[in-house]
Amino acid sequence: MRHHRVLRIISKLLIPFIMLFALYVQFHGDFGPGGGFQAGVIFASAFILYGLIFGLENARKVAPPSVVTRLIAAGVLIYAGTGYAGLIGGANFLDYNVLGATPVAGQHLGILVIEFGVGTTVAAAMITIFFLFAGRER
Amino acid sequence: MIITLVDIALLTFMGATAFAILRLRSLFAVVMLSGVYSLLAASMFVALDAVDVAFTEAAVGAGISTVLMMATLALTGERERPSRHTPYVPLAVVLITGAALIYATFDMPPFGAADAPVNLHVAPRYLNDSFAEVGLPNVVTSVLASYRGYDTLGEVTVIFTAGVAVMLLLGGRKGDDAGIKNEPPEDDTGADDGGSAA
Repeated sequence: MRHHRVLRIISKLLIPFIMLFALYVQFHGDFGPGGGFQAGVIFASAFILYGLIFGLENARKVAPPSVVTRLIAAGVLIYAGTGYAGLIGGANFLDYNVLGATPVAGQHLGILVIEFGVGTTVAAAMITIFFLFAGRER
Repeated sequence: MIITLVDIALLTFMGATAFAILRLRSLFAVVMLSGVYSLLAASMFVALDAVDVAFTEAAVGAGISTVLMMATLALTGERERPSRHTPYVPLAVVLITGAALIYATFDMPPFGAADAPVNLHVAPRYLNDSFAEVGLPNVVTSVLASYRGYDTLGEVTVIFTAGVAVMLLLGGRKGDDAGIKNEPPEDDTGADDGGSAA
């Protein structure tokens, strides 16, 4: 798609805003609709759009598969690690009450961290799946 | 009243889209129509006040799935082969199952009824106490991330497993930033290395 000038320029303009919107959905999920799942998909769609317009090779340079692959596992580890942090603090697995000064502050922090883990895993998994599907020739 | 009209319009569009998907043989059109179907489903979720679900459906169903299906179409053909079997047995199965499901809805409480069992179990606790206990205005996030955090951990593990499974099936060697397109003939044997490395 290298010769589609309109597509290239418009996507160059849009990609930063797509990523910004993904971050908004990620960190505003406590107050409005959204959360890690939706944010991860939107964040991945920015990379997918880049890959579609500028070619898979360039997209692989921006998001090296070796890094993205590890991020899939990192998100799950962040989530489960938050659960163990509650365990170490003397509460049940995934009980965030002990993570902050007050139970509500702990809940807020715990939810923020696990949503970040969710977003990381979802975005990395979607980017990886797209790379593998689109990179398979024939 | 307006909501009823919107529901009827959306359901009509969804039915028409599903019928078109059934009848069409061009897989490109089928992929685009499934995206349309997902977008209509997302609109339906908005009409049902489930905006979080609608958001997910629009992003995953109408967005990512369509792109992945297009990527698959680039590898396969764009025409569906005409099927050779007769449709009467599947049609009978679908009709009987559908009739049983519609018959079962007669026993369900009206949509959104306050005294429905689903609204009497844990929902009052979430709605009444979640702001004091978790402190988030969006109760959906409180339920997903805190009260049902264990289930959400399972869902993230499902996404993780899906990514690993696709890597096992289509992926190449460990740490290969150039990806899998280098040696097409060795794709089948290369899957094992990627698996043990991951």
